[in-house]
Amino acid sequence: MTAKTMLTGVTRLSSRIQKLDPRCFLHGSAQAAQSNPVPAEHPRVISRTSDSDPAKHGEQHEGKYYSIPIQDLKTVFPHGLPPRFRMQVKTFGEACLMVRKPALELLGYLKNTKFSHPAVRYLLYGEKGTGKTLSLCHAVHFCAKHDWLVLHIPDAHLWVKNCRELLQSTYNKQRFDQPLEASTWLKNFKTTNKHFLSQIKVQEKYVWNRRESTEKGSPLGEVVEQGITRVRNATDAVGIVLKELRNQSSTGLFHLLVAVDGVNALWGRSTLKREDRTLIAPEELALVHSLRKMVKNDWHGGAIVLSLSQTGSLFKSRTAYLPHELLGKEGFDALDPFLPILTSNYNPKEFESSFQYYLENNWLQHEKAATEEGKKELKFLSNCNPGQLERLCASL
Amino acid sequence: MVFKVLWGFHPRLAVGPSLLKLIHTTVVTKKKNVQASRQESYTEDFIKKQIEDFNIGKRHLANMMGEDPETFTEEDVDRAIAYLFPSGLFEKQARPIMKHPEQIFPKQRAIQWGEDGRPFHFLFYTGKQSYYSLMHEVYGKILQLETHRGPLSEKTDSRDLIGSRWLIKEELEEMLVEKLSDQDYVQFIRLLEKLLTLPYGPAEEEFVKRFRKSVTVQSKKQVIEPVQYDEQGLAFSTSEGRRKSATAQAIVYQHGSGKIRVNGLDYLLYFPVTQDREQLMFPFHFLDRLEKHDVTCTVSGGGRSAQAGAIRLAMARALCSFITEDEVEWMRQAGLLTPDPRIRERKKPGQEGARRKFTWKKR
Repeated sequence: MTAKTMLTGVTRLSSRIQKLDPRCFLHGSAQAAQSNPVPAEHPRVISRTSDSDPAKHGEQHEGKYYSIPIQDLKTVFPHGLPPRFRMQVKTFGEACLMVRKPALELLGYLKNTKFSHPAVRYLLYGEKGTGKTLSLCHAVHFCAKHDWLVLHIPDAHLWVKNCRELLQSTYNKQRFDQPLEASTWLKNFKTTNKHFLSQIKVQEKYVWNRRESTEKGSPLGEVVEQGITRVRNATDAVGIVLKELRNQSSTGLFHLLVAVDGVNALWGRSTLKREDRTLIAPEELALVHSLRKMVKNDWHGGAIVLSLSQTGSLFKSRTAYLPHELLGKEGFDALDPFLPILTSNYNPKEFESSFQYYLENNWLQHEKAATEEGKKELKFLSNCNPGQLERLCASL
Repeated sequence: MVFKVLWGFHPRLAVGPSLLKLIHTTVVTKKKNVQASRQESYTEDFIKKQIEDFNIGKRHLANMMGEDPETFTEEDVDRAIAYLFPSGLFEKQARPIMKHPEQIFPKQRAIQWGEDGRPFHFLFYTGKQSYYSLMHEVYGKILQLETHRGPLSEKTDSRDLIGSRWLIKEELEEMLVEKLSDQDYVQFIRLLEKLLTLPYGPAEEEFVKRFRKSVTVQSKKQVIEPVQYDEQGLAFSTSEGRRKSATAQAIVYQHGSGKIRVNGLDYLLYFPVTQDREQLMFPFHFLDRLEKHDVTCTVSGGGRSAQAGAIRLAMARALCSFITEDEVEWMRQAGLLTPDPRIRERKKPGQEGARRKFTWKKR
């Protein structure tokens, strides 16, 4: 996770002169693209930047925090942010992400996507706590800003474990449905991509049951509604949505971004069991099956950004972080031509920036925390790992 | 010949009847719940005989070991006994010993009155005759010095006052073979200190030296850190550390950036718990050298806490080669250089664990 930026309340004691104009969050992307804010009190470390448009982030912004406008938060990330980050957003009152090299690299690739070629897969991998999920969110924000259709699955691990209800799929007797997870995801998908749902039309007729069916040519929104209202058909609705989007993305009507976090769940093992207590393999879950088809690069008109995650994974060693280890042979082969992007711990500059950010938001309440020695201690204890640093500072 | 080796508490021996035979059986009592009371009086002849036997036994031992009986010292005796009677007992005092009878038998007081019942010493009826006679002696000396106050002497503290301490109460009791109370002891020490304030001569110094014990066993100098060696031009130093059942070997480089690798892994990955990392941080943080050294270490055994403690000790010891003596002393006082002696306590029979007893059932 990139720097978990702590958010203080609006009653901030320290006056930060450089934040005078970007304080108004409601302007959204209409802010002036000033590259460097005027550093009034801290000439050596500039931890913020006023660009909130990821498109304009470049090398010079590396190590700085940019804030995501609150409007965007609700639409782009209804379910996308990791839970700790969400708590931080709530505390500080703002969502700030640090601009880091892996994310910049990814954004560069995304900017240069050729939509006529098959979708390229980008895989974010790295040690625990180094910023995979938040880099993914950065990319998602960028794409959302540029009017791509974003298919964001926040954590694929949630689909292979702790499922309360498993139904036998109506579509295919071998597979299993997960109504709850599918319906929650559909709801969030609707919030993110509302304006697209009316534009895209389905290309086939889908019969749900004896009374309900969706005609050919009706907007995709109807399918989504059907999935949300009739929870039993939610999984099938998800499958349909994915299929339609995949088929239609090549038409050029929209750009499709598939962002999956914890993609190693799709090829791992699951802890779900049938009634007779035998384990279910992931491919027998309908959601996983459709998602696997989505992640294959046989469609064009968009990009696929994936990230591995050991934290929620099942039956994987704690120290495993390489794609080969976490995906297994099957997964690796399935994803084979992909572009790996490594996330790593903070470099000294980024650490400074993060430290300054916490100080500014009065997050570090310990008296010695603001001193040089305190900083050295934190650096040692967290070894410049963003996740660890965040956890340490949370208790200060 | 008879050859006497004593096991600390004078039990009856059943070992090798031809070689070892305990002569005296005065100590063994057959009563079950009464410990062997030490107040039996050993007669003077008895003690003398014991001393003779001891000396003869020492000569035999020297012969057995092939050494010269004339120059057979106490340490040689101990070594020979340890060699001939190897013991796996943990309690050092329970192992076989052969010492001079003076050290083994407690000092006895001779009968202090004659045949007519009249005590020899004039202070017998005070109850603590040796103590009071000593006090008298010291006071006499003080009076003498006060009357003969000559030129002021400058050599008040120049002698070994610094490296020595007064005898403690137990030691004084042992010397006088008499029980003392705390106030008696304090009074005695006060008198001696008063004596020291006056100009005294060599005779008095001799006298006072009897009551001082040297403390020059400097606990500071215990740690000897190995000298740093060079390899490829990099200065580093290695040392080991142990805690509970974990052993660690640390190599601390003099110039670095604060990276630590444990068993090939980064220390953040090896110790996911913050507490362990704080332990690793302690030596560097104490000396304010957080980002100045690189460390590579290997550790095995124990649990995660024990491994962290072992590495900490090893790192502290290795760091000693790069810092000044004062800093070493500070580290020692901070407890960074002391190996932690705590080990897992043994489970006892009749209990469920080391301390936990079985559930007590009333019936």
